[in-house]
Amino acid sequence: MTVTEAPVATRSSTPTVRRGRGTFRSRVLVPYAMLAPGIILFVAFMAAPIVYTLFLSFQKTKVSGLGLGSGARSTVFAGIDNYVTTLTNTEFGASVGRVLVYGFILIPLMLGLALLFALLLDSRRTRAAGFSRTAIFLPYAVPAVISSLLWGFLYLPAVSPFYFVFDKLGWDVPSLLSSGGVTFAIANIALWGGVGFNMIVMYTSLKSVPSDIYEAAKLDGASEIQIALRIKVPIIAPAIVMTALFSMVATLQVFAEPTTLRPLTNSLSTSWSPLMLVYRDAFTRDDIYSAAATSIVIALVTFAFSFLFLRVVQKRAFGQED
Amino acid sequence: MTTTLTPTRPDRAQRKAERASARTFRQKASPVSTGILIIGAIYCLFPVFWVLMASSKDSSELFSTFTLMPSTHLWDNIVQLSQYRDGLFWRWVLNTAIYAGVGALASTWISAISGYVLAKFEFPGKKVVFSILLMGVLVPGVILAIPQYFLLAEVGLTNTMWSVLLPQIISPYGIYLARIYAAASVPTEVIEASRTEGAGELYIFNRIALPMMGPGLVTIFLFQFVAVWNNFMLPYIMLGDDKLFPVTVGLSGLLNQGASAPSMYTLVITGALLSIIPLIILFLVLQRYWKVDLAAGAVKA
Repeated sequence: MTVTEAPVATRSSTPTVRRGRGTFRSRVLVPYAMLAPGIILFVAFMAAPIVYTLFLSFQKTKVSGLGLGSGARSTVFAGIDNYVTTLTNTEFGASVGRVLVYGFILIPLMLGLALLFALLLDSRRTRAAGFSRTAIFLPYAVPAVISSLLWGFLYLPAVSPFYFVFDKLGWDVPSLLSSGGVTFAIANIALWGGVGFNMIVMYTSLKSVPSDIYEAAKLDGASEIQIALRIKVPIIAPAIVMTALFSMVATLQVFAEPTTLRPLTNSLSTSWSPLMLVYRDAFTRDDIYSAAATSIVIALVTFAFSFLFLRVVQKRAFGQED
Repeated sequence: MTTTLTPTRPDRAQRKAERASARTFRQKASPVSTGILIIGAIYCLFPVFWVLMASSKDSSELFSTFTLMPSTHLWDNIVQLSQYRDGLFWRWVLNTAIYAGVGALASTWISAISGYVLAKFEFPGKKVVFSILLMGVLVPGVILAIPQYFLLAEVGLTNTMWSVLLPQIISPYGIYLARIYAAASVPTEVIEASRTEGAGELYIFNRIALPMMGPGLVTIFLFQFVAVWNNFMLPYIMLGDDKLFPVTVGLSGLLNQGASAPSMYTLVITGALLSIIPLIILFLVLQRYWKVDLAAGAVKA
């Protein structure tokens, strides 16, 4: 998602249609009728699933007798049992740990490169910028499953041109699909798919800065690099914060890449990422109640992360503006 | 915060003018910065180049010849893929077009009308509605997929096209964007004037406001299109019948079979190539629209 400021539109003073003398029909019914499709879909596919998940997460199956026959299994209130199970589940902890490591590798690298590319695109001394911009943005058009397929083959020593070269050089490079390398393998796929998009967000933000600011700095004798670091980066800080936030949320939900890579490697378990664990619990183990509790925990952690991050960053980066 | 996809590609005249002005200010080219960007571009293009080469090989060549060496079997592979289970692959392509195309169109219209009402009408409960919708932006769609499955299972809609289409039509983010576009590009006087002339509200929206929001709506459409096309988990969970699969789920299934039958790999690779080509073309063609988006000033970028 790209992010740029648009303060005008959200201000409450935006002139709206005056309908002071309007009837109840035109004042209330018309707007709500026009909002109805959106509201109905929101309730059906966002609000209801969330409420239903909450409801499921407090239930469990009770087996009476031998568990045979139709009446032997019943659903009972479970209190916080499912949450306790989730939070004490070592598999869940391990999957969260893996995803954190993955995020620590991916996010700084992806945003750092995106920022570097955006600044270089913005520099007047760069040539072939149009070609590079299009090429770097192109992977955004490739869905995660297909990029995982492509990279998956590029990681396979039998097919990979990299291993062909390593082989000729006589180097013994361990496969990225081995258990030690697989986190890097997935991070690289996400980097490939995401760097261009984030670059465009930052570049768009850079373009909105009036260039006289730079001219003034240049007259004062600032070098291109100084201008980039001291002026450009702070100006586009809000865009960087938003890209970081979206990247963090995406990281916690990683699912498509590891799921697609699984057939190519033995080092990805069915619980590699938290969402893979939820999927396995819900569909392979038929334990929808603990899957529901785990989903709620993931959602809450995501929220907590986002809010915490925004607060910390806002204090640091924008505190002086108040 | 607004979102604008803006790989701007100025049209020819504009570009010429830019070049002319760039020449006046033209500074010494920096090989380092140009070089770094070119390396980035090569990194991004490399897998695409590889798949082009790999899909020209038959299944024995895939593992025996140097991987970047092209061969002559591209057409054979396409024929073979097309014959696979009576053209199942093309069925997947069609499904993807329906899910992403129809889904994104519906999503854009609903986002537009909701955003328009939220920007241009004054009604009780407006703030509450908007804040609740806004909270939806933060709810990760992937986490909703499993509960959506259970709810749709209750009404017997799982394993149908609806189960993939419907959940992806609502886009809080799209509504949020549409509200900004509507506020910025639809003048209140125009709405009031049409009203005095007796035009109905839906007519005003569809015929007057919608075209004014045009360039911004292309952005919403693109976002939603990419989001649906990228969403692997929802169809993966909802669909059991492989005739309903989108390309992504279909290819991932083929790759799974490849573990026991390596000849499948050729099909997977050819399928990957065929499914990214239209996307890349669409992407390059639509860059122009993203530029319109900027030039029209609908969004302050």
